[in-house]
Amino acid sequence: MSTFVAITISGLALGSVYFLIASGLSLIYGLMDVLNFAHGIFLTLGAYAGFELASRLPIAAHAAGFLLTAAVAAACGAVIAAMTELVLIRPLYGRPVSQILVTIGLDLALVGLLLGIYGSNARVITVPAWLTGVTSLGSERIPNGDFVALGTGVAVLAALAWFLRQTRYGIIIRAGAENRDMVRALGINVGRAFTLVFTIGGAAAGLAGLLNSVVFNGGLVDPSQGDQLLIFAFIVVVIGGLGSLAGSAIAAVLVGLVQVYVSFYAGASAGLAQLGNVSVVLVLAIVLLARPGGLLGRTA
Amino acid sequence: MSSVLGSDQPAAERHEAGTRRALARLGGRLAGAGPAGTPRRGGGRTGVIVTGCVLVILAVLPLATLQIPWILPGPVDVLNSAGTLEVLGLCFVFAGVAVGFDLLIGYTGLLSFGQVLYFATGVYVLDAALSVWHWALLPAAALTMAVGGVLAVLLGSISLKARGIAFAMVTLAFAQAGYYLIEDNPHGLTGGDSGLVMSTSRLPGMLVGVASTRSLYWLTLAFLVAAYGITWLVTESVTGQVFLAIRESERRTEVLGLRPFPFKLASFAISSLIATAGGMVYLLLVGTAAPEAVASTTVTVSILVMVVLGGLGTRWGAVVGAIVYVYLQQYLLKIAAEPSFSALPAPVRVPLSQPDFLLGAIFIAFILFAPGGIAGLARKRRPAKT
Repeated sequence: MSTFVAITISGLALGSVYFLIASGLSLIYGLMDVLNFAHGIFLTLGAYAGFELASRLPIAAHAAGFLLTAAVAAACGAVIAAMTELVLIRPLYGRPVSQILVTIGLDLALVGLLLGIYGSNARVITVPAWLTGVTSLGSERIPNGDFVALGTGVAVLAALAWFLRQTRYGIIIRAGAENRDMVRALGINVGRAFTLVFTIGGAAAGLAGLLNSVVFNGGLVDPSQGDQLLIFAFIVVVIGGLGSLAGSAIAAVLVGLVQVYVSFYAGASAGLAQLGNVSVVLVLAIVLLARPGGLLGRTA
Repeated sequence: MSSVLGSDQPAAERHEAGTRRALARLGGRLAGAGPAGTPRRGGGRTGVIVTGCVLVILAVLPLATLQIPWILPGPVDVLNSAGTLEVLGLCFVFAGVAVGFDLLIGYTGLLSFGQVLYFATGVYVLDAALSVWHWALLPAAALTMAVGGVLAVLLGSISLKARGIAFAMVTLAFAQAGYYLIEDNPHGLTGGDSGLVMSTSRLPGMLVGVASTRSLYWLTLAFLVAAYGITWLVTESVTGQVFLAIRESERRTEVLGLRPFPFKLASFAISSLIATAGGMVYLLLVGTAAPEAVASTTVTVSILVMVVLGGLGTRWGAVVGAIVYVYLQQYLLKIAAEPSFSALPAPVRVPLSQPDFLLGAIFIAFILFAPGGIAGLARKRRPAKT
């Protein structure tokens, strides 16, 4: 039973990382109809920024140093994402397919560039020892990183919910997702909201990249980590319903739990190691057959 | 918006006109007006002559011992060297797969991100049949095509329930599931992470050993011609007109009294089967199946880049795009291996040593400045005769 609790916490932590990625994808798609394939590279660049800082920072092994590393990872993701929107997406307004294709090209180019600079060998981020330790909860030992990921996920969800409901720009983003032309007709600059959702999504992705490396990958960063996570984030967004933040949160938890439970209870047998990943695809197929618009999506 | 790609016309009027034209042609054909209303695009007879000449040159190319320094991607600068022929073969395989993919995304407007699944099916089912079960080539190939067809119809019917972006995501997810299954190495059929080398014991002699280079080259060329021919036949048929109509407006097609679903599934299945056949030819050419090279999402992205680089919905654009892509990739790798290359300063050398970086940058430049791809550039250079 207590093993079950430990696995559940691990699944929730994984779901939190998925949510950090999916929330940005969902906000961007909801407002702009752009499916951002470059989200994976925001993630990877965030993790690499964290690695570069932590390898130079003398206090990287302390809690304050890790907070700083996380802040830099988020900032790096945000800056790259904002630049992507301004330089590549903006000239292509009104051409949604070209926007998707340009993000694919950006991902291809930047992953190649990272491979050229760092090589295909993974690097290790310096983190506080506490983060890689475990906490005993009854008879179970739960990795501290799980709690950090879970806490970050909940905090970002709360912050985004508050931002979308209470602030002027949050309301513009929600209104724009509902009816872009109407918002524009009211004299509001929607273009600024476009840059803003990219910035927010990029920051969350940068943070997710760092957390994924630290919590689930033993501190390793490699150039293709973003692309692998991105596919699961896409699945989360589609299950939750494109454009729905609450849907993304629910789907992220669902996907994280399914993946972890199946891997743990069935994946131990030989030849079934990837069953956890495959089961997530099955969940997607079932949800789409029952509700083509996703859990909380508007029916198309 | 039912079809993603139909919505991406630069000017709304052109989009409207395109819809009307496609639907009018379709309506005329259905009413029994015959093909009279179909204006011939391309150069007609000139196009046939040019295509014929290019084909003849490509077919006799393995017999030419011409030395062309610098241009050729192989390690030796001789036109019919094994290295050059193999790179050209690879170009033709991907050109065939790309033209099949163009049928799906360019002509039917269905943006799929799962094309690699059917390519990988071709590679891995044939490999397992030849190397694990030791079947002869013909039954193995027949089995592979059957598996590819069943898989395409089955997964196609499920993923076509979703529309637009959701369709793209579902196909992506299925392809990823396939990748994970291959990595899992069920019953030792795929070799897992390390891949599965093809056993040549049951292959006909002409496909084995040093002498096989030429026959494999001709095989890839034959595959490209077949893939192009099938795509050409389909797109010029009434069914192809329905594909175009679905791309332009699925709802209007329905109003005309046609159920789009079987047509979309047909397009999906034909395109997937071409990819499966391409996978088989790839295996015979390369001789080994590795999950990263034939089953990962990277392959889908490559095929997509080839088609878009060449120009969506133009057939020959996809062929040119694929050949340019594969050739550049191999050629850039050759350049990066030159001894003089390592003398370059790091800020120049590092980006240039990564074909993906350069291809990605070229792709972005095309999207921003020449969205019609190579075919669009060619059309602009040589305006249509009135």
